[in-house]
Amino acid sequence: MSFYEVVRFALRGLSANKLRSALTMLGILIGVAAVILLVAVGNGSAKAISARIEALGTNTITVMSSNRGGSTNTALTKQISDALVDQTLAPDVKTVSPVVSSSATVTYEGTDHTVNAFVGTTPGWFAASNTPVGEGATFTADDESQGRRVVVIGQTVATELFPGVDPIDKQVTVGGSLFTVVGVLAAKSSTGFQDANDTAVAPLTAVRQVLTGYGALNSILVEAKSPDKVDAVQSEVATILNQRLHVSSTTAATSTSGTNTTPYRIQNASQLLATQTQTADTFTTLLGAVAAISLLVGGIGITNIMLVTVTERTREIGIRKALGAPRRVILTQFLIEATLLSVIGGALGVAAALIGSSFQIVGVKPVIVPSSIGLALGVSIAIGLFFGGLPASRAARLRPIDALRYE
Amino acid sequence: MNRPVLEVRDIKKIYGMGEATVHALRGVSLIVERGDYVAIMGSSGSGKSTLMNILGALDVPSSGDYLLDGVDVSKLADRQLALARNRLIGFIFQAFNLIPRTSALANVELPLAYAGVKPKERRRRAMAALETVGLADRARHEPNQLSGGQQQRVAVARALVTEPALLLADEPTGNLDSHSTADVLTVFDQLSASGRTIVLITHEPEVGDRTKRLIRLVDGRVVEDTRQSPLHQPPVGAFAGRHSI
Repeated sequence: MSFYEVVRFALRGLSANKLRSALTMLGILIGVAAVILLVAVGNGSAKAISARIEALGTNTITVMSSNRGGSTNTALTKQISDALVDQTLAPDVKTVSPVVSSSATVTYEGTDHTVNAFVGTTPGWFAASNTPVGEGATFTADDESQGRRVVVIGQTVATELFPGVDPIDKQVTVGGSLFTVVGVLAAKSSTGFQDANDTAVAPLTAVRQVLTGYGALNSILVEAKSPDKVDAVQSEVATILNQRLHVSSTTAATSTSGTNTTPYRIQNASQLLATQTQTADTFTTLLGAVAAISLLVGGIGITNIMLVTVTERTREIGIRKALGAPRRVILTQFLIEATLLSVIGGALGVAAALIGSSFQIVGVKPVIVPSSIGLALGVSIAIGLFFGGLPASRAARLRPIDALRYE
Repeated sequence: MNRPVLEVRDIKKIYGMGEATVHALRGVSLIVERGDYVAIMGSSGSGKSTLMNILGALDVPSSGDYLLDGVDVSKLADRQLALARNRLIGFIFQAFNLIPRTSALANVELPLAYAGVKPKERRRRAMAALETVGLADRARHEPNQLSGGQQQRVAVARALVTEPALLLADEPTGNLDSHSTADVLTVFDQLSASGRTIVLITHEPEVGDRTKRLIRLVDGRVVEDTRQSPLHQPPVGAFAGRHSI
């Protein structure tokens, strides 16, 4: 009996019970698709976290005052900020952007919008904080020194105040003064609960004049010349700050390890990145566990349906043996059936996972991990073949009369 | 015609161990000549089904020899055994045992497929076999669309399609009403008349009466062996049915 004939037998065997074949394939499909999608969702959220942290800028450090409302001589001032621009003491610093921030109500033609973060800073901030302008332009150093009332608004502000209107060159009222909109920020992915697009950026001098007054700065954003210089910049900045704020160097040494003995706090984006890498590692472990469990569950499902399918047909195997089918032919037929079911089911599972991954799942855009496809497909086909082939070979080895009596 | 189709010598079959040992066959010897039409009768538990399964090479005896067409079946490996079942024996079951959800034609073609016959030739011979049992018009029907008698006739067609030396039937009319029984027996009579060797099991006297030779089994032993009609003449029931050959 030729191989081609056996294949035809297998196909006829599959089509003789379409519902059972379809259900078997469905079981395999779900097993494979679940593994691939779960891994993809996990991978997607890891990627999303990584992207958000990278959006903060990887080569910057942020200096913040740690004692709120404390004595004024330890507050961060414009003078301190200026002192950080020092080629000899801090050669690795690229830009220094003093930042003041407060919430403010922006009004345009009777429409009010309260901006969470109305930021006053210098032009260097846009590049340092990885906040590019979408349309229009940033304000210039000249605007900043002249205290011109210009503002760059975030996407949320633009849609709230200027629905269907180009906001460039429109005038808005902030704190009783008119500001001219010169640009709109490019959309930014939100880091947490706050909408990163609900912001407006204006020259430091103008914001201090109109909104915050000439008190302390909220923070200073220091950009290093390259990502690997971040640690150097951090120590240079710490040295200058300690000198300026009269902190002894012994306590300063502990500042980076998180104790609150210094009047300032330095947040390092590369530290965040390291934390993120750790998080990603934890995620990978978690994913591995999830994938293993879903593979196990999917595998048990496949095992189950294959065992049932073949056991149910033990009698048929007995009939075939009584009619003179050699063991090899029966085994080949059932192995081909199992292969077809697993391969078609697995392929459909991969297709389903690929289609499913194009949708957002619980707010996460899944990113397929190619190796998970191979793993899921390989394991399910192996399980399908093994648990389809094993009972078939057992039944084929039975005496026909025992197979026929099997209920 | 000097070599018998089947010859069994002192066959014993023991099931179970120790206390629960059951002696299904306690030494049966039997020779069936080519062209014979034998009925094996016996009450339930007399070992007739066990004997039949051994004759059909579906089961193996605990001891004793079984020569099928001169070949010692107990010495055959799986491959040759499959070949023997395929070429030498046509087995008809009480429960029909057609492959479900598969057309009558495909069921009849199955033994030919295992014999390696080409599809075209297979179809022709399967149709011819169905014609013999008078079911050519039901070739495309699946088993569950056929009556019991029709299913059994499909099973008969399947058994004889390979032109085996021996047709074995295990209570072929056991599950059938009287009308279907008559249909199936007519087919047997015609097959016997055309020279086929048939051995069947039955517990119905009217079935046994139509055969050429009657063997009675009691408690795993042959107690009676009667020749009812001559070996080389058609059986009494032949040509009484509706179908002609």
